[in-house]
Amino acid sequence: MLELKNISYSVKDGQTGRVQDILKDVSLTFGDGTISVITGPNGSGKSTLIKILMGFERPTAGQVLFNGEDVTALSVTERARKGFTIAFQQPVRFKGITVKDLLELACGHTLGTDGMCECLSAVGLCARNYIDRAVDGTLSGGELKRIELAMAIAKGGEVFLLDEPEAGIDLWSFEDLVKVFEKLHDKTVIIVSHQQRILETADRIVLFDNDKLITAGRKEEMFSALAGPAPLCWRSVKEN
Amino acid sequence: MDKTDEKLLEEIADLHGIPEGSFNIRKNGKLLARNSDTDVEIVSKKDKDGIDIIVKAGVKNKSVHIPVLLTVGDFHDTVYNDFFIGDGADVTIVAGCGIHNATCRDAEHDGVHTFYVGKNAKVRYVEKHVGTGGGTGKKKFDPVTKIYLKENACFILESTQLGGVTDTLRKTYATVGKNAQLLVKEKILTDGQDRAVTDFRVTLKGKGSRADIVSRSVARGESLQHFRSDMIGKNECFGHVECDGIVLGGGHIVSTPKIDAVSPEASLVHEAAVGKIAGEQLLKLMSLGLTEAEAEAAVIRGFLN
Repeated sequence: MLELKNISYSVKDGQTGRVQDILKDVSLTFGDGTISVITGPNGSGKSTLIKILMGFERPTAGQVLFNGEDVTALSVTERARKGFTIAFQQPVRFKGITVKDLLELACGHTLGTDGMCECLSAVGLCARNYIDRAVDGTLSGGELKRIELAMAIAKGGEVFLLDEPEAGIDLWSFEDLVKVFEKLHDKTVIIVSHQQRILETADRIVLFDNDKLITAGRKEEMFSALAGPAPLCWRSVKEN
Repeated sequence: MDKTDEKLLEEIADLHGIPEGSFNIRKNGKLLARNSDTDVEIVSKKDKDGIDIIVKAGVKNKSVHIPVLLTVGDFHDTVYNDFFIGDGADVTIVAGCGIHNATCRDAEHDGVHTFYVGKNAKVRYVEKHVGTGGGTGKKKFDPVTKIYLKENACFILESTQLGGVTDTLRKTYATVGKNAQLLVKEKILTDGQDRAVTDFRVTLKGKGSRADIVSRSVARGESLQHFRSDMIGKNECFGHVECDGIVLGGGHIVSTPKIDAVSPEASLVHEAAVGKIAGEQLLKLMSLGLTEAEAEAAVIRGFLN
């Protein structure tokens, strides 16, 4: 079980010196064997929350508890070794490092053809065509995104943090993506997404809003909230 | 050959003992072993120190090894090697050099190599420079490589220097003929107080000529590297120069690529990027469970792969 207790995160504007709150007193619980989808408008702090969970950013206040243990001060490496696995919103490119290299670094040992096929076919890629390719600008955005997910599968873990996993992946491949989530049904899966088809796979939906408190609940309860009027921040943009 | 020689040979030319086919092994300024056959003839020069390597026209899938070993200090070895590659030949030339200097005096090897590549011929030239030995004396290389490519010829230069060489100035000059192509892959790693300068001057002379120079370098410690290239397009041609450098600690890389489209039909491109390892690359690898040091090593290993 993953718990966030009174998490706050604020940044200081370099020019004005004004402190801006990105997350304010957020308390949430993500149970084992649960797929949670975090959704909400741009700039509401969804990706920041994922970064705090993985240890990329330290909260200015509050605690992150994993199975009762306080992991707030743990480094990225330590969290990764405890079972935290992340798929980036924007995959990173590497000159000279191949798909095979990254999959092997992810799983921590050499991977045979079967192992690589298993990871890559789960995201709709044929291992034969990809394992020796460099993870650089020669791959399309969609291909990089799939490889990012294949790395998460190769690494394994207990907590999966998937930041907009559908971005750049064609609509026709959504079913494959949903199958990836289904395979992780016994893990703690936290997905940031705006796509209804991804929201439909959730057990639980967490709704972020710039001007409101974060709300969370079962998918069925939350769908009615999502079907309501547009969030305040979106309205104010349009009205201005 | 002693154990130091065998170790250097393995590092610079992947050789385990004496190779098959044509070869010329030079040690401390003298001939150590040679084999010359009818397809690839190796002849000593009469007017200066060096050899002529003559590859007959039409010879296919042949390899030639001409490694050089330097295992003493206070020694400056200069050698002039000329390569005559016959029309239609296809050959791999492995020309590494290893300096083992355990003394406080400098050791230097300067190989002045000139390639005359015939029509439709293909050459893969592999040059690896290695420096070992704990002495304070320098381990220095100042190679000069001149390449003349006739119609439809292809020259692939794979140049590697991955540590131990304290000083180097590498000059590569090429003239590329009609529909001929020059492909260069250079990899350099420097550390400590090492200094490395590479200087390319390529003239794309023939119609349809091509050149692609890709340099990847890593500068650690207090080392300094300078990449210079000057590409001139004198005809309808395509040229591309790419210099990517990673600096670590107090390392310093300077890149000065120059392109000159003398002909309006020439298409020349240069790209250069120098900087630290991107933070997001380290974070990604750390999120896979690597420490920061392991992540840095993985990025460099891939970059220089």
